[in-house]
Amino acid sequence: MSTGAQRTGAEVMWEVLGHEGVDVVFGYPGGAIMPAYDAMLKYSIRHVLVRHEQGAAHMADGYARASGRVGVALATSGPGATNLVTGIATAMLDSVPMVCITGQVSSKFIGSDAFQETDITGVTLPITKHNYLVTRAQDIAPMLRQAFYVARSGRPGPVLVDITKDAQQASIEFVRDDSPVRLPGYRPEHHARAEDVRRAADLIDHAEKPILFCGHGIIAARASDLLHEFVDKTGIPVASTLLGLGGFPATHPLCLGMMGMHGEAWVNTAIQESDLIVALGMRFDDRVTGKLETYAKRAKKIHCELDPAEINKNVRVDIPLVGDVAETLRALLPAVSRRDRGAWLTRIRELKGDSAVRDIQTMPHCGQLFAAHVMHDLWRITEGKALVVTDVGQHQMWEAQYYKHDFPRKLITSGGLGTMGFALPAAIGAKLARPEEEVWVIVGDGGFQMTAAELSTCAQEGIKIHVAIINNGYLGMVRQWQQFFYGGRYAATPLRGPDFVKLAEAHGLVGLRVTEREQIDGIVAAARAAKETAVIDFRVEQEDSVYPMVPAGADLSDMIRRPSPIVETAADE
Amino acid sequence: MSNIALQTFIAYVEDLPGVLNRVTSLLRRRNYNIASLTVGRTERPGVSRMTIVVEADEDGARRIEANLYKLVNVLWVQNTSHATTMAHELALIKVRADGANRNDVLRLCEEQNARVVDVGPQALVAEITGTGDKIDSLLEALRPFGVIEMVRTGVVAMVRSTDASDSNRVPNSSPPSGDARAA
Repeated sequence: MSTGAQRTGAEVMWEVLGHEGVDVVFGYPGGAIMPAYDAMLKYSIRHVLVRHEQGAAHMADGYARASGRVGVALATSGPGATNLVTGIATAMLDSVPMVCITGQVSSKFIGSDAFQETDITGVTLPITKHNYLVTRAQDIAPMLRQAFYVARSGRPGPVLVDITKDAQQASIEFVRDDSPVRLPGYRPEHHARAEDVRRAADLIDHAEKPILFCGHGIIAARASDLLHEFVDKTGIPVASTLLGLGGFPATHPLCLGMMGMHGEAWVNTAIQESDLIVALGMRFDDRVTGKLETYAKRAKKIHCELDPAEINKNVRVDIPLVGDVAETLRALLPAVSRRDRGAWLTRIRELKGDSAVRDIQTMPHCGQLFAAHVMHDLWRITEGKALVVTDVGQHQMWEAQYYKHDFPRKLITSGGLGTMGFALPAAIGAKLARPEEEVWVIVGDGGFQMTAAELSTCAQEGIKIHVAIINNGYLGMVRQWQQFFYGGRYAATPLRGPDFVKLAEAHGLVGLRVTEREQIDGIVAAARAAKETAVIDFRVEQEDSVYPMVPAGADLSDMIRRPSPIVETAADE
Repeated sequence: MSNIALQTFIAYVEDLPGVLNRVTSLLRRRNYNIASLTVGRTERPGVSRMTIVVEADEDGARRIEANLYKLVNVLWVQNTSHATTMAHELALIKVRADGANRNDVLRLCEEQNARVVDVGPQALVAEITGTGDKIDSLLEALRPFGVIEMVRTGVVAMVRSTDASDSNRVPNSSPPSGDARAA
């Protein structure tokens, strides 16, 4: 056995990060992680200093979603570690590969309620894919290697590695280990059975009204081209989950767009009428299905999903194809027949009916600035090519409806957990992962104020992104629910913000404002031309709502539609 | 399929700190009530064995198995509810037994194959192993004499030696190398 060089645990940590291909970590120093920070100066990995550890977790998340690589966040013990928690839970629910490294008090103090001691492995146990407490320097390399392997393999997820201060400080003989990680109980891979693939192909061939569902798994498995090929061969239309947007081109004639709570009404109706659902890399979330008892009753269901624990969780399926969705599509492709679905597509066009006329985009100009118009114009101006990171709320749904994503990994949003404050830090991570992309943050005035301090990070790191604040002076989605379901009683939803233009300028960034639709082109051009991050305060219609809407727990075809007066003029033409 | 029943799982897990916590946390997080859980080391170094009894329907049982497999430290899981299985537990019952009724208590214990493992002037301790039903029945029989305290271990389960089909064989996966400690 070769003898290794002497290294401290902290140095070992950075060496392993380097071997794992990490080029940037997002973090915040503190007592229990100081040895790691001190050692960092000897290594070339970039460190981005955040303003709050939640930002570090979201940046690592955005980095991972934009690149498909593992994102890394670094924090100290106690409050540093607990501040990561929201970001970890966000990554867990959206299956994002992430490694969070936290400092921990020295092993001799563990359990003594020492200063800044938190049992972070206990705290994060239900919101990580796996986690480790490392108390000895010689365990740092194997545990970290396992962490990266677990985070990126199978259904990805966040892994936390908590390293005691004495483990970081101790010196050991370090030999680089490149052997494959061996975990006897860990089985990330599954393969659909050939017989089930044959049965599925038979169902697909004989279906008269089939629909494909494109989920996040299509993007994670890099299966967009295969899906495209599959659609071209079978002629089956595609509906998408929120996180699946971009997995199949929005401008493809067979793309139906988003389904579910804020999906197009005709798409949801088509699902209710369908006789076969082929779900690809998605998990039948309640926002997608509405009331389960009445969900797609006529449809047989084929569920292509990597995680066996998702099968029959919410919706009972006829054929589960458990395995990597790209591999499953590759197996299905030669087994299915070319078929004309003309009658079904005609029926879907009928369902679509007057939706295009009811669309707010066709509303005649009335001097008001609607958020949906901002989305549409941003899509038009950026030619649909921007990498968009949205926050959570009304703007998130309007973006999903009106920014037509043709490419995978161009929409990053917190779907499962619905984390307000996600967008700005996640966009910083995405920009560092893909510096060549034009990155746009679309965020409400509420969510923006949760993590606005990360503007400082943009300024300090010289990061150029674009921030579109959809400012309606309300916590808009909650206000909408209050309007629909709580008798219009606006409890704690009117929201006063700072002057966002001045706020941007105070950070040495560019601040701009749009109050009328005519200004959009010019102001967006100015934001794009700026060297620094530019923040645009879009003062939109205050009490607009996202339509259509399936109330929580209601039948999928039981939708609230946009009140018609708004579009009557267009319909009259 | 919402027939809730007691489902008995056998799980082989890595013998590491925190693994029991991971298993119970999973069941708590998915909203299942644990009826009984036993854990102990096995004949193989580094490997512990759990017998977990949970209230669930068939779908729930399948998901519990799938979720247990997702735990990195879980080596192998079997739902024994559909195999011919021995599911035994052990109980110690301290029952009032003085001069007047001692003989009745002793006779009852003998009839029900319980061993008397401790005798005092006012009470005795009976030890019984077997199915939950068998223990319940002794307990009921002893109750009129005055049960002072009792303790039961929870179920340990093993598929019968006659049921040697492939799916019931414990895999030969070796324990993890080194003494790496997962939290």
